[in-house]
Amino acid sequence: MTTALFECRNLTKFFPIKSLFRETGRVHAVEDVSFTIPEGGTVGLVGESGCGKTTLARTILLLIEPTSGQILFRGEDMVSRSKRELRRFRRETAIVFQDPYSSLDPRMLIADVVGEPLVIHKVAFGEDRDDVVLSLLKRVGLEADHLYRYPHEFSGGQRQRLAIARALAGDPKFILLDEATSALDVSVQAKILNMLNGLKADLGLTYMFISHDLSVVRHLSDHIGVMYLGRMVEYGTRDQVFDTPTHPYTRGLLAAAPSLDPDDRDRPREVVLQGEVPSAVEPPSGCRFHPRCPVCKAQCDRERPELVDIGDGHLVACFPE
Amino acid sequence: MRIPGAALFSSRYRLLQKRLHPITKEWGLTFYVLRHSKLAVIGGFIALAFIIIALFGSLFAPYDPISANIQDRFQPPSASHPLGTDTMGRDVMSRMLAGAQHSIKAGLIVLAIAVPLGVLLGGIAGLFGGWVDEVIMRITDMFLAFPSLVLAMAFSAALGPSLFNAMIALSIVWWPMYARLVRGQALAVRETSYVEAARSRGASNFHIMFKHILPNCLSPILVTLTLDMGWVITAAASLSFLGFGAQPPIPEWGRMVSDGRIYMLRAWWMSVFPGLGIMFVVLGFNLLGDGIRDSLDPKLRRLTEVTWKREKTSSSSTD
Amino acid sequence: MEAREDLLVVDRLKTQFFTYGGLVEALDEVSFEIKKGEIFGLVGESGCGKSVTATSILRLVAKPGKIISGRVLLDGQDLLEKNDHEMNSIRGSRIAMIFQDPTSSLNPVFRIGRQVGEPYVYHQHRGKRQALMDATRILAKTGFPDADEKARNYPHELSGGLRQRAMIAMALTCEPELLIADEPTTNLDVTIGRQILDLVKDLQREFGASVLWITHDMAVVAQMCDRVGVMYAGSIVEKTDVRTLFRNAKHPYTVRLLRAIPSAAKSAETLEEIPGSVPQLIHPPSGCRFHPRCDSAMDVCSQVKPLEIEVEPGHVVACHLFRGKGKVT
Repeated sequence: MTTALFECRNLTKFFPIKSLFRETGRVHAVEDVSFTIPEGGTVGLVGESGCGKTTLARTILLLIEPTSGQILFRGEDMVSRSKRELRRFRRETAIVFQDPYSSLDPRMLIADVVGEPLVIHKVAFGEDRDDVVLSLLKRVGLEADHLYRYPHEFSGGQRQRLAIARALAGDPKFILLDEATSALDVSVQAKILNMLNGLKADLGLTYMFISHDLSVVRHLSDHIGVMYLGRMVEYGTRDQVFDTPTHPYTRGLLAAAPSLDPDDRDRPREVVLQGEVPSAVEPPSGCRFHPRCPVCKAQCDRERPELVDIGDGHLVACFPE
Repeated sequence: MRIPGAALFSSRYRLLQKRLHPITKEWGLTFYVLRHSKLAVIGGFIALAFIIIALFGSLFAPYDPISANIQDRFQPPSASHPLGTDTMGRDVMSRMLAGAQHSIKAGLIVLAIAVPLGVLLGGIAGLFGGWVDEVIMRITDMFLAFPSLVLAMAFSAALGPSLFNAMIALSIVWWPMYARLVRGQALAVRETSYVEAARSRGASNFHIMFKHILPNCLSPILVTLTLDMGWVITAAASLSFLGFGAQPPIPEWGRMVSDGRIYMLRAWWMSVFPGLGIMFVVLGFNLLGDGIRDSLDPKLRRLTEVTWKREKTSSSSTD
Repeated sequence: MEAREDLLVVDRLKTQFFTYGGLVEALDEVSFEIKKGEIFGLVGESGCGKSVTATSILRLVAKPGKIISGRVLLDGQDLLEKNDHEMNSIRGSRIAMIFQDPTSSLNPVFRIGRQVGEPYVYHQHRGKRQALMDATRILAKTGFPDADEKARNYPHELSGGLRQRAMIAMALTCEPELLIADEPTTNLDVTIGRQILDLVKDLQREFGASVLWITHDMAVVAQMCDRVGVMYAGSIVEKTDVRTLFRNAKHPYTVRLLRAIPSAAKSAETLEEIPGSVPQLIHPPSGCRFHPRCDSAMDVCSQVKPLEIEVEPGHVVACHLFRGKGKVT
């Protein structure tokens, strides 16, 4: 049984909406989310806009302070720790963003951009640092003469490699990939995905991959969490979620994603999700999905379903038939 | 050569070269764009001419700018006095040559005080946000609301009128603009992904401020500074014109305009030439400042880079 | 299948951009046909020229671009020979377009009802009140809940999905013969995007319009389109019906592109990679623009641009590998 690198318990985050210092409403970004990330695994997080996956990602890395709940990294609660105590945590975790064009400081040379974590953690300076950066660049498939150039001289795919190289500086254990390939073309994405898989195997990394693209998530992850309006509605292994999706939202999501088989268009689709995603400020009562749910029952608008293990660690938050 | 440490020195030197190369390339591109803007070149020449006059003007003045020469008073522009003489018979051109240094001194001193002060306060406000931002910004607003004129008057009343006091008064009202400028940039930079990435690896506020925010502010600061040079000079001249700045016999240009005011009908050259001088200096710095702004604009640079590279390779291939 | 007439024929369309940095050869003699009542997909990665094709058809190419040569025949008439006045009466009534980002395509200071009704006023000279009523009707048709109320909303008061529906409504007001859709679902959530795909399909069937669907997403193509053209670096490299494309693609680029997509069906560990990267269109590769990245490249590929060869009925490939294996179109 592998150890859990991250364990989140009852994580909640809401953003108050203030009007003249009084709170008039709340954005319920993340509500009572619990899950674990095993060491060496890749957890994929899927959901549509407003589901809270971006907020959850930043909360796990403590870039946003959770409203309540625990975040255990290697068994220790990281919430409400001082900056100094978090130093080790910050060195062992890293993040790669979606937009390669804004994630690198345009005024800095590549050597400085990629070497920044080394400077922050006082690992290496000057020439030594440049040597380490060189080895990182080679690892992500870039050349030595790229060291002393500016980011604007590189293409989107190359910049994403640079962002990954920067994430690898300092030998982290965990990398959060926030829609890291969503802005890339298919052919470039393939290279980056292959590279990420290779790096994970070589360096023993743990990933959390956030994406709206189900096929990419499926390719990369071994565990998948499905979020809707701030709640985790389903969680399981890749095969469990994709082969036997149980929550009505998961089934709707999978059915909505267009498949690569032209013949599928003639087959009737079992679930067609209508309506829009409601606002996170005034979410529906009870089960948040109930207004759009094709199998909504009487209790669904009154009670909130908890995540229940339906077998082999496959968790679903839905009232049984 | 077997000098101990030579290997280390030469490798350090090579490293420095490699790092400097892209930076010099960037500056090269800046100058290239600048060179190709006619207006910027004109502005640059005017500004340079002004600086040279300011530095060496007194040496070239053909006549003594201070001592009187009553029999030559009110001479119109002629061969011996190209810009005429004033009410005391002093050669206007010599006075202008000698007086330029005061204007430029005013500009430099005011900016030397206002810019670091404004940048520091603006940076802190933008980086920390919250109540720090509120407090600093309200103080900035207060100073922004100060009428520089009234302040200069108050200073002269209290400490006696002089160019030095006028410069202090101007510094006090000049820094808020830089504070706002840097605060705006800091707010923008703070929200970028690269700062978020740095924070996620544990970067301190100090690191963010000096490694990310300030370098990204350099361009707008440089542009504003250049444009401001002209405006500070005008402001100092205005204060001197009103009597709160330079006192006679200092040949400060604003003062000269004021002195010649009552003689406009009789000896227009006393006010007009210093006035034109001020106008050209402001124009020069404005054009130069606009040119610098364009040369630092990323889009224009990218477009011009191609022509620049092409010119470089064609010139090197003809060698 | 009954032979359908061609509604739109694009014949060797060449569009170039005269930029400060050089001449961008955006479209290099692009040719394809869209039949009446069919959904034609134009698919390719970024920079391949699909959006430029759309703007060229409507003759809305942004400066410094210019259409150099070619023909665009709408029902037999060449659009490139029409004057501004004639084109204005075609845009919005015979050919309509919907865009990727509905937020920037809708005017924020006008209410939805009025904007959607604008084509009625401009092209069909209806009165404002009548136009508003008709706009409400067509909004309801595109699935707007409470169309009467919502017509009074401003764009920013609506969600992304509703804005896209509003744009579709606006495009369909004058019952166009051709609807050009430039990546309309790319910025939308999966479930909302699916609703839009279904909507367009239903409306297309009802109105009998042809659709030029531009996208980079092969899965959307698989579910939406009848026939497909694959674009690479300004040229169409393969044209066929959708099923043939996915089962029997011939062009090396298409084949490798399909294999690079992570999909549920494959359990392969590594995705197929295409070496190199998309070329600059300022100095594009000579001959076949894909040759530097193609592992089947021959000498002739770097010298001569491949002709379009019909390798089987309805399946055209632009590749030297198939020389002599079909008739040249």
